[in-house]
Amino acid sequence: MDTFLQQILNGLVLGSIYALIALGYTMVYGIMGLINFAHGEVVMVGAMVTISVISGLTHFGVNLPGPVLLLIGVAVAIPSCMLLGFVIERVAYRPLRGAQRLAPLITAIGLSIVLQQLAILIWGRNYIPFPPVLDHDVVTIFGASITTLQIFIIVMCFAIMVGLLVMVERTRLGRAMRATSQNPSVAGLMGVNVNTIISATFVIGSALGAIAGVMVATNYDQAHYYMGFMIGLKAFTAAVLGGIGNLGGAVAGGILLGIIESLGAGYIGSLTGGFLGSNYQDIFAFMVLILVLIFRPSGLLGEKMADRA
Amino acid sequence: MSLLQVKNLQVSYGGIQAVKGIDFSIGKGELVTLIGANGAGKTTTLRTLVGMVKRSGGSIEFDGKETAGIPSHAFVRHGLAMVPEGRGIFGKLTVEENLLMGAYVRDDKAQILVEMERIYQLFPRLKERQRQLAGTLSGGEQQMVAMGRAMLSKPKLLLLDEPSMGLAPIIVQKIFEIIQMVAAEGVTMLLVEQNARLALEVSQRGYVMESGRITMEGEAKTLLDDERVRNAYLGD
Ligand SMILES: Nc1ncnc2c1ncn2[C@@H]1O[C@H](COP(=O)(O)OP(=O)(O)OP(=O)(O)O)[C@@H](O)[C@H]1O
Ligand SMILES: [Mg+2]
Repeated sequence: MDTFLQQILNGLVLGSIYALIALGYTMVYGIMGLINFAHGEVVMVGAMVTISVISGLTHFGVNLPGPVLLLIGVAVAIPSCMLLGFVIERVAYRPLRGAQRLAPLITAIGLSIVLQQLAILIWGRNYIPFPPVLDHDVVTIFGASITTLQIFIIVMCFAIMVGLLVMVERTRLGRAMRATSQNPSVAGLMGVNVNTIISATFVIGSALGAIAGVMVATNYDQAHYYMGFMIGLKAFTAAVLGGIGNLGGAVAGGILLGIIESLGAGYIGSLTGGFLGSNYQDIFAFMVLILVLIFRPSGLLGEKMADRA
Repeated sequence: MSLLQVKNLQVSYGGIQAVKGIDFSIGKGELVTLIGANGAGKTTTLRTLVGMVKRSGGSIEFDGKETAGIPSHAFVRHGLAMVPEGRGIFGKLTVEENLLMGAYVRDDKAQILVEMERIYQLFPRLKERQRQLAGTLSGGEQQMVAMGRAMLSKPKLLLLDEPSMGLAPIIVQKIFEIIQMVAAEGVTMLLVEQNARLALEVSQRGYVMESGRITMEGEAKTLLDDERVRNAYLGD
């Protein structure tokens, strides 16, 4: 029972981060039918920039409380990643608009390698510990433990996701985004500058990615140039699980995947008689991906692919 | 003075010329129709007028200004609106959201709401279905959304591409009544239609397009009586 509740809580933390990243994949896919595989690297850059800013401030003897340092770090990381997302779209995807589907996909993969290499140049190949700016106070709920930081992560993720959904459903920009995703040429006829909407989509998705990157790094107390790959792939899985292109689906898929993965990690030992340890938890995400692609490629909340214009 | 003046307009897709140098004009307040067989180049002409397709030659002067330099999303700000072929409804937006998209470039919120109410008076069915997803409407209702949406941009020139396509005769009748009502309010329109008889009956002037060229033009009444038009387009 303890393990169960504990793994649900862990899954919720992990899952809300996946959901935040999955939204970036799904928004871009919804607007332009493209999987931005470089999104994981944006997440990584968000974590790295935050760490650099905090370390830099500490190095120059700025004496501020930990949470304030973190806030400054995030305040730099978000616009940095927004700029990165903007540049990624302009440089890598816009020139390929209207090309065959395979071309931007290959570019996306190439771009993600380029960004990783750049990260190595700037931040090196080693794991970078997250500066000790936060206390990891532990709260116990019915025998399961969770840190205050993790509670904060869950609450933040939900607040951001609700904010995004409200923006998309209720504002003029959100309406233009939905119109563009359904029919870009008619949206243009209505006066929507489709290029601006696409840029906005990348920029917003990247801001969410930056925040997610900081969350991952604080939660695991470290960052690494390669961290974006695995977390990106899992968030992508979450987006597919929920139905790619569907915002609610990305949230549901992220949380579900986080929970599946945590429960899997918690029980894999006893399930396999100790043969596989919890370090095999990654296989669950990809089993989910494979099963979804086989049995329900449109995902939980997505419509059939054929319905897309 | 004409609102729209087109001279020697040419449009190509790849190497294939779809519009081969046409001239026409539309005066303020006029309802003009452009008829022609499938593939004649009517849709291409309209799309070029609103900047969705780039021309390869010729001039388009709208409201006294050449339109060549206008980015495609800015045409609506200059007063050009189009009800596209196949209606171009945003199926997963509600009826109301579709209409609001028509007013996307406007910021006079109060006035927009007043005009939306007028659209709903014109199309009471849409009022009942305000919050319904537009994709779930019937073809005729979707056409009403497309027309209401275009009208909400307050166009100086409204282009209609086959508004009667795929609709039952009774709905076609209704759509044409609305076209006449809109025309009576002083909105200038260019109507592309397969249903040449109805189109000529409601219009003041007409142009006939064949394989990328304008082959006939004149008063709508004259064209209705013309032997060649009757044989080719009116099925007499
Ligand atoms: N996007 C396109 N790419 C290539 N060729 C096109 C394209 N759109 C139209 N054409 C060609 O241009 C010509 C004119 O087409 P257009 O759609 O303008 O005709 P239309 O008069 O509107 O016909 P219809 O009555 O069937 O709607 C046709 O030969 C068509 O095949
Ligand atoms: Mg046509």
